[in-house]
Amino acid sequence: MSSGIHISLAAEKLFQIGNIFWVTNSLLTSWLVILFLIIFSYLTARKMSLVPGYLQSIAEITVEGIWNLFSTILQDRTKTFFSLIATYFIYIISLNWAGLLPGVGTIGLEMVEEGHKVFVPLFRSGTADLNTTLALAIIAMLIIQFSGLKTLGLNYLKKFINLSSPIMFFVGILELVSEFSKVISFSFRLFGNIFAGEVLLTVIAFLMPVFAPLPFLGLELFVGFIQALVFSMLTAVFLSLATVKSEH
Amino acid sequence: MPVEGLKEIATALAIGLGALGPGIGIGLIGLGALEAIGRNPEAEGKIRTNMILVVAFAEAVAIYALVIALIIKFT
Repeated sequence: MSSGIHISLAAEKLFQIGNIFWVTNSLLTSWLVILFLIIFSYLTARKMSLVPGYLQSIAEITVEGIWNLFSTILQDRTKTFFSLIATYFIYIISLNWAGLLPGVGTIGLEMVEEGHKVFVPLFRSGTADLNTTLALAIIAMLIIQFSGLKTLGLNYLKKFINLSSPIMFFVGILELVSEFSKVISFSFRLFGNIFAGEVLLTVIAFLMPVFAPLPFLGLELFVGFIQALVFSMLTAVFLSLATVKSEH
Repeated sequence: MPVEGLKEIATALAIGLGALGPGIGIGLIGLGALEAIGRNPEAEGKIRTNMILVVAFAEAVAIYALVIALIIKFT
């Protein structure tokens, strides 16, 4: 009988591959979500017809909705960046919502750790692990810098190292610092929202399991959607800012 | 100054004070957005999209405070 609530800030380790690679429960859930997305896309794209069937309609609605949303932000560069932004959106929203499925956080194993038994859940939302969100944020920032360099050439660095006047030099340094702070803010925003949602659901289910979790599950659905939207929209906004061609 | 129970006080203070600023900020953002929609109902879609974006920025600050509170409590 587990005593009290089990909440852990870091993702719990499950088993080891080889000698150094630990598989955590959030990694396991991420793999399952990726597998689900791959199977879904394979089944949808296998026979594409002009009059879409059931699966294909769902995929078309999703892709068209995301395209319309992001074409207002990146007007003529939508095609270049669409695969990245749409992947972020679909991946993050699937990971967020996978944390709400029944069984995530409750099905687990009893492991012996440091002499006493500890309950380790088998599944945990992928984005409730700071490693995942940090990785996504770093990739987004690297792609933004790379796209800026590719579109503007080395003039892109003039944004950060601006030698025209002392004030502009300071502004350049601030821009450099703000690039790093964007990584922190992206990762912590996503991690904090989803992890806090998991803690909230655990506590509410512990206090009153029967009817009280319902509105909180609805809130978590909404929050998962909004966080995926905000992550991909902010990436799109920063991409469009970095690749704006100066008109002279 | 009692030593035990300091951790709980720290947790509560972290998230309590940290939610003051973003709460006011999000209210102000909503105020601006609603006034703008009232003045120009045609641009409702654009205003709504930008409002959600800025609210996410403001809420992120509250989330930073929440993460610090959780770290204090669970480690």
